Formats: sequence, structure tokens, C-alpha cells
Amino acid sequence: MSTSTYALHDSATMLRRDLRHSLRYPMMAIGGLLVPVFLLLLFVGVFGSTLRAGLGAAAPAGGHYIDYLTPGILVITAGASAAATAINVCIDMNEGIVARFRTMAITRTSVLIGQVLGSLTRTLISGVLVIAVAVGLGFRSSASPVEWLAVAGLFTGLTLALTWLAIGFGLTAKTPAGANSLSLIPQFLPFISSAFVPTASMPAGVRWFAENQPFTPIINTLRGLLTGTPIGNAWIVAVAWFVVLMAIGYVWSRARYDRYEKR
Amino acid sequence: MSARLAVQVTGLRKSFGDKVVLDGIDLAIAVGTVFALLGPNGAGKTTTVQILSTLLRADAGDIKVAGFDVNREPQGVRGAIGVTGQFSAVDYLLSGRENLLLMADLHHLGRRAGRVRVDELLARFDLVDAAGQMVMKYSGGMRRRLDLAMTLIGDPRIIFLDEPTTGLDPRSRHTMWQITRELAATGVTVLLTTQNLDEADELAGRIAVLDEGRIVAEGTPDELKRRVPGGRVRLHFREPAAVTEAARVLGRDADDAEALVLDVPTDGTPQSLRNLLDRLDEKALHVETVTVQTPDLDDVFFALTGTPHHALEASA
Repeated sequence: MSTSTYALHDSATMLRRDLRHSLRYPMMAIGGLLVPVFLLLLFVGVFGSTLRAGLGAAAPAGGHYIDYLTPGILVITAGASAAATAINVCIDMNEGIVARFRTMAITRTSVLIGQVLGSLTRTLISGVLVIAVAVGLGFRSSASPVEWLAVAGLFTGLTLALTWLAIGFGLTAKTPAGANSLSLIPQFLPFISSAFVPTASMPAGVRWFAENQPFTPIINTLRGLLTGTPIGNAWIVAVAWFVVLMAIGYVWSRARYDRYEKR
Repeated sequence: MSARLAVQVTGLRKSFGDKVVLDGIDLAIAVGTVFALLGPNGAGKTTTVQILSTLLRADAGDIKVAGFDVNREPQGVRGAIGVTGQFSAVDYLLSGRENLLLMADLHHLGRRAGRVRVDELLARFDLVDAAGQMVMKYSGGMRRRLDLAMTLIGDPRIIFLDEPTTGLDPRSRHTMWQITRELAATGVTVLLTTQNLDEADELAGRIAVLDEGRIVAEGTPDELKRRVPGGRVRLHFREPAAVTEAARVLGRDADDAEALVLDVPTDGTPQSLRNLLDRLDEKALHVETVTVQTPDLDDVFFALTGTPHHALEASA
């Protein structure tokens, strides 16, 4: 076998290991679901009617607050899942088994790639489940099959970007608790974005931040695809953010992994 | 020369911050031998193994394993070695069999050959009954056996055993010893680290004594023992006063009268023993029991490092 076939083979082996962990401990795997589902229930059931009244012209075609909310919750799902990945990686990297991998003649990046692909699988499943819950609560999408495909593609891009960053976090943090606190950033950044209310309703300073942070163009693109609101060039900004974040996450993770010394 | 050496190290140095852990180590381990690195906690044994197994980078030194330079050709080194550490390198969230299959996959053994090898190792390491169980539920001895079995999947030519029996019960320790001997018999080179003097004596053809980052002695177990002249007789008394008095009569220091024993050097002949006891009889000093001790590695260790054996055990 050539070097690249080995690389594929080793990465697939590491992915199987990762998924086997998930199957054995499913609560750990979908624990990231709790936050988005809780937020859905809270914002739809408790704040929903008031927030709907405040949306005004920004309200999507169907007119229900959940139609406005679901794209943002989808992004929060990816963030929560990335947080779980950071903790996972931090725990895993301190296990003897990873030290063993490092003494073996296997493709060096396969450990990281296995974790990225495992995390992607879990996040995609979480995303589907969150949409199912949203539909159960009254969410209705106007998206065509092609638009759904674009949603899936965008969600995958977002997840890959956040996962590589999460792996960097997980490799940098000294303890799982540290990894958890660092990963609060991708979980809470969406609160100051267009996820819950339009950025136009915010005070000037906050508004500037909300409009220029990465989650807003991603949420606006998803919302446009799912509910037909205008997208404009938001999708280009969103994809540019993915590329930049993923590159930073990848380079950071590689550097941390190569330098990693047992503590 | 290097073709016959499995491990060749000159001038190995490593510091963590201000703390010098390895202060210029030289090692030459011949292919197919068992070599023990003996030393107390903190001597630098684990750091040495981590450097040899490419987990850590040395600050200085020329280090070759299986003929490969650890800095320039780490993948070559990794392809030749297997490592079993004192902290189990197993996946706790998988079963024993899944752990071994994972190793078989990473060694690209192929599905069928991998399964055959895994079954063979499960049987050899007495893990067949526990094969389907989560490793989290394994006992310490079972984990260590699984760990070693995982190391053996790739048929490494050189094996590093970092304190393989630390924390194990006597039965598991003997199993590990047995397996180590079997490996050595098949021509595998073994570098063993231990703070257990018996273990080094039992398994190794050559021993290097490591203390505070330096090798203070090296040789066969017999050579090291020969560095301590003669043996000693240990006299046990009933009361401290008797120890003090006996020490005075024999011209020794009774530095441990409270322990009710007195150590006296001897050449081990019956004549010298008889003379010793006669001199005590003349003074009507009653000796409870007598034990004759031939020089062992404890004495070597004490002579070389100033650290008595019981201090080592206590720190383990």
C-alpha cells in the first residue's frame, strides 16, 4: 500500500474507534443535544410570542417565531457539539492509548482526522434531531431539496471549522474543565448574533459586533435557505469564515499535536 | 558495530526547565539481550524510555534505536519498537478484543490475519474469558497483560518495558516475568526499567544503575555484586543494651540498636562465624538468631548511590 492509502486506512481505523466509543456511551455522544433543545423550548414556549411581536418586518414568511429561531438553534447545535469534542479530545489525549499511538509507525494525523470525522458524524445526527424537534414544535420550512442540500453543506462546513478549533482547544487545555470553559465561546457567541433577534434591534456598539461576527452571516444564510428571507452576499462571507476558521483550527491542532508532550 | 546494537546512546541529556533529568547518559544494548535500567523513582528511567520511543525529544545526544536516529528517522524507530509503560496504554472504553483488533488494524495485518493473531494473543495472555469485557472492568494485572499483548501484535524487534510490574500482585508479576523470558528466548531485545532489584537480577543479562540522571554503574548482575566486598552476618538480640554491648566487644558501631540487630562483615566461612559467636559467648551475650547475608544488589545499590533498598521500596 502507498503512503496515502495507509493514511486513509489509519484514519478510517481511528474513526471506527471514535464511533465505537459513541455507540457504547450514547449519552456522551449526544449530550450536546440538551442545550439546543432546551433553548428551543425556552424561546418558543416562554419568550416566543413576545419576541414574535418584536420581529416586525424581519419575520419570515410563515410568521411563527420558531421559523425565525430554528436556523440559529442549528448553529448553536454545532457549537455545543464542538464543546463536547474539545472535552473529548482533552480526555483522550491524556490517555495512555494516545501515547501508544505516538510510538507506532502510523500516519501521524490519523488520530486527529478520526476525531474530526467522528465529531462530524455526531454533529450531523444532532442537527437532524434538532430539526426534528423543531418540526415537532411547529417549524415549517419553505426549502426545496436543493436548498436542503445547501443547508446540509453549510452545516457540514460550519461543523468542520468549529471541530478543528475545538480540537485545538482540547489539545491546549490542561484539564477537561479547562477545555469546557474555552469552548463556551462558540456556544455563547451566537447569543450576540442574529440568532434570536434581528441585529437591527440592537444598540449601536453591540449591533456592530453582532453584524460582523462569524455566526451572523452563517445564520442569515441558513435562514434564507430554510425560510426564504433574503441572503444577499451573506453566504460568501459565511464560506470565507469557514475557510479561515478551519485553516486556523487545523494549523493550531497540528502544531499542538506534534509538540504534545506527556504531562 | 551498530548492526549488532539495538540501542546506541551517547551523551543523552534532557532537562525540564531548570531540572536536569538526564545528565549525559551512554547506553549500548546488544541485539537479542535483556537490559535493565535500575534506579529509584525520579532517576530518569521513564524519561529515557520516552526519548527512545520518540515521545520526547532529547536536548542533546546521539540516539539510535534499531539503527535509526530518533530525531531524523522517528518513523523507522516506531516501526521497530513496542512500548509497554507503567501507566496502561490501553483504550478503557473498548473491550480487550477490540483493543487488540485496533492494534491489528493499525499494523495493517488484514482482517483475517489480524483476527488469528488477536485470538492467539488472547489465549497466550490468558484473556480469552475477559475478551468481550470493557477494559475499564479489568484488574491491574489483566490491563498490564493486555497492554503487553497489544505491544506484541506488530512483532516488534525491540521492546521497552517501563516498570512492567510496578503495582502488580506477586502472581501477575511472575506472569510478566515469564512472558519477558519467553520474548528474550525468541531473540527480541528488551529494555526493562525497574526499581526492583530482584527483578533486574532475575531477568536481565546486563544492568545499568541510574541515579539522578547519571549511570553510576553498569555490568552483569554478578559483576555488580562483586563490587561489594564480602557478605555480612546479621545478629538479632532481645534488647538494645545487648546490641550496644556486642557492638563494643566487636568494635562496631551500634547505629541501629533499637532495631535489635547488629550487622558484622564476614567472609562467610564457618570458621569466621564460629570465632564471632565465641567472642560474644565469652561476654555472656545471648544472640537470638543469626542470618548470613551474601552480597546482593541491595548492597551494590547502597554502595553506589547511598540509598538503601528499603528507601526505594518505600518510595515506590
